[in-house]
Amino acid sequence: MRDWLYEPLTLGRFAGMALLIFGLLNVVLFLVTYAIYIQRKLLGWMQSRVGPNRVGPYGLLQTIADVLKLLTKESFIPSHVDRPLFLLAPIVAFAPAFVVFAVLPLTDRIAFSDIGVGLLFYIGVASLSTLGILMGGWASNNKWSLIGAMRAVAMMIAYEIPLVLAALGVVMQAGSLNLTAIVASQETVWNVVPQFIGFLVFLIAALAELNRTPFDLTEAESELIAGYHVEYSGFRFAFFMLAEYVYLFAMGALISLLYFGGWLPPHPALSFIPGGVWMALKTLLFAYFPFWLQATFPRVRVDQLMTFAWKGLMPLALVNIVLTAALKTAGVV
Amino acid sequence: MPAAVAYTNSLIFIAVFLVLAVALPVVAFTMSRLLRPHHFYREKGETYESGTQPLGTSWVRFRVKYYLFALLFVLFDVETLFLYPWAVVYDRLGWFAVAEMAVFLFLLVFGLVYAWRKGVLEWK
Repeated sequence: MRDWLYEPLTLGRFAGMALLIFGLLNVVLFLVTYAIYIQRKLLGWMQSRVGPNRVGPYGLLQTIADVLKLLTKESFIPSHVDRPLFLLAPIVAFAPAFVVFAVLPLTDRIAFSDIGVGLLFYIGVASLSTLGILMGGWASNNKWSLIGAMRAVAMMIAYEIPLVLAALGVVMQAGSLNLTAIVASQETVWNVVPQFIGFLVFLIAALAELNRTPFDLTEAESELIAGYHVEYSGFRFAFFMLAEYVYLFAMGALISLLYFGGWLPPHPALSFIPGGVWMALKTLLFAYFPFWLQATFPRVRVDQLMTFAWKGLMPLALVNIVLTAALKTAGVV
Repeated sequence: MPAAVAYTNSLIFIAVFLVLAVALPVVAFTMSRLLRPHHFYREKGETYESGTQPLGTSWVRFRVKYYLFALLFVLFDVETLFLYPWAVVYDRLGWFAVAEMAVFLFLLVFGLVYAWRKGVLEWK
């Protein structure tokens, strides 16, 4: 799998890899389907409800029923929209969400690419989704959508910088932007220990980038109806939602690669359990973590949101860089 | 050169990812077009504004505050991008890198403090 990357490509290998990538797409779609189910179940339990339990045993087929419903619902285009942008927006919002998986190595044996700038590629491509959201919100010609989209953009650009600066600490530790090399640098101790401030900043900024509670202002259903996708119906709406959930897993994988040693076991004694299992456990843990917050935190106000990013997280991220530089020069880490 | 091979192969596979990522929505929309009903009438196409008659267009001039933040973002993003290569080779450069980046970070922080004092970071 990974060895294929280092030898000249044959047609058979290309076909094999393309099939594997198609398989990954299906795995991601499956994970998203059940993430929605688990989210609803968890929220239900945390609020003393049962959650979905009608369709299939324990409600296991609920999301599948929902998808089928969305597939067969009328998806009309409102009369006053900017048609080309309106049609393009869900694709622009979704495509980067899957493309970022290209640079995420899953274990030491399974990786779909090995480029030197993996982390930068992830950050760059992931921010393209904002463009899709702005396109959709603006093209809808609806005041709610426009407010939602503008909030989304303001929020994403505000939290992008703390996110990128926090990851910089990890890059300094590893001396590489390649995610495989970053994992390899965590053999002795996971980055979450020496980079704890960076991890906190990264986690909070990541929640904002994912539009999850307490930063779900873009869709704030109680004030903006649904924000940028209020004019979307049927499967076009579904793809905006899908993009959001796919990012949940991409970000979960990225957090475990950057701060929790990816496929490395917590202790060498546990290395008999394959790396893929560790990677999956860590990724799922961080993908489901936002659901817990969703039941716990109220939504922040838009002015608090911006102030917190620029005056709170940003200086903290800079302090983290200076601290890492000082500790590295002093030879502590 | 194994590195060059890995690079070419990686780009090819990233292209496969991109093709699949675009193909999935296109296929899904086509499928949904074949399956879903089509009953369109004028009222249905009206802009949704909580049930009232929509007032004017939404393509209006927007509050300028957003553009200030956008300008700040461009500034800091470019500076952050400059920090990345520095972080990668940090170990190999020694004290020179520390001193140079101290100057650079000072400018970055100075700009942030300036914007802070000017009240740009307040959202009113």
